[in-house]
Amino acid sequence: MQLELLVEKFQQKDEKAFETLYNMYSESMHGVIFNIVRDNDIAQEVMQDVFIKAWHKADTYSSSKGRFFTWLLNISRNAAIDKTRSKAFKKSKQNLDSDFFVDILETNDSLDNKTDAIGIKKFVSKLAEKCKSVIELLYFKGYTQTEASETLNMPIGTIKTRNRNCIKELRNLVLN
Amino acid sequence: MEEIKNYIESGILEMYVAGALSEKENREVYQMMLQHPEILQEVLEIESAVVKLTASVAPTDQITSFSTIRERLIDGGNNSKVISINKPKYNWVTYTGWAASIVLAGGLLWTLSLNKTLENDIKVAETQQELLETQIEKSKNSLTEAHTLISVLRDDNITQVPLAGQGNFASTYAKVYWDKTKQLIFLDAQGLPEPPEGKVYQVWSLTLAPLTPTSLGTIDSFTTDENKIFEIENANESEAFGITLEPAGGSETPTMEQLYTLGVVES
Repeated sequence: MQLELLVEKFQQKDEKAFETLYNMYSESMHGVIFNIVRDNDIAQEVMQDVFIKAWHKADTYSSSKGRFFTWLLNISRNAAIDKTRSKAFKKSKQNLDSDFFVDILETNDSLDNKTDAIGIKKFVSKLAEKCKSVIELLYFKGYTQTEASETLNMPIGTIKTRNRNCIKELRNLVLN
Repeated sequence: MEEIKNYIESGILEMYVAGALSEKENREVYQMMLQHPEILQEVLEIESAVVKLTASVAPTDQITSFSTIRERLIDGGNNSKVISINKPKYNWVTYTGWAASIVLAGGLLWTLSLNKTLENDIKVAETQQELLETQIEKSKNSLTEAHTLISVLRDDNITQVPLAGQGNFASTYAKVYWDKTKQLIFLDAQGLPEPPEGKVYQVWSLTLAPLTPTSLGTIDSFTTDENKIFEIENANESEAFGITLEPAGGSETPTMEQLYTLGVVES
């Protein structure tokens, strides 16, 4: 398994492996962080911090605990949320709009330069309202299934199947 | 196989990628992945789709390259913050720096001009000091002369000879103090007017029988001398003293028409 080998090398402080993983996931982490902090300079700073932290704490990751991507996702979401709780951030951003990631996508002009832009824009425009909130909470905000269930007032089973169908749709649009 | 399909369709793998499961559930999914390649394949596809979705939210105009991260690692930079290239570099520090420079430059110019002014003041003061020193020197000389004069006046051996105004110059007068032992006379010419341009007073020693004048010299410093007392050598056996007005440089014999004052030594 190529990815697992990369992660192992990364854990052995192989800089080349780190670079490959960075190129695979940095933009994704940037997107997640940006969705939380809504400021590109801050998002960049936090994203850099996340990868530096990942490098220094590489030995704490274990594939048996979850996906490497998921591990990075957790660090990113926590770092971004920590940032929004800092005094300096609160001062500069009095009222963070409660917009979902889809609103960023709909207004993101630079999206046109991306390979999967057409598929994702189609996906967003077709996405059901319930689908949007599920994806927002689970992937962008890091809610557990229990927290998502409580927030959306839906049984865990329903959330899981709904989310499954939403991601299926996304896969059809961006992977085929 | 039906069991695996149901497992996949339950949506647990999407939750797994999202990180929404408990630690226990994560370990279970991991075991399932190791045992069933189709589950791993499913996870990879879900993950790939989510990576693309989340990446599409990132603004593309500013992408941090790995070199930035590498630099921070080399710096040992847990703490060091990397400043975005696009961020304006002119922050308040820059402006404060410029402001400080301008203030400093202004201050320097002011100091320079102040220094110049002070240098000028010093020159003026030096000139004034020189002037005062000259005046002090003059005063000292005057004092010395005055002391000498007093000692002359008090000296018993000094012969006083008043010179009276003659003819047209009756209103003028002078006085000679003669120290015979030192062969000096002090001429007090206070009672004489300023000599006209091109003329000088000439002092004469006279013997009366026969009338023979001997020149004691001209008083060239008459105008400039303040107390009008002149010290003149006189080795003659004088019987009288006279003062005439002569052309500059003096004359061989006195011009009698211009005899101002004359006085006889009392024996």
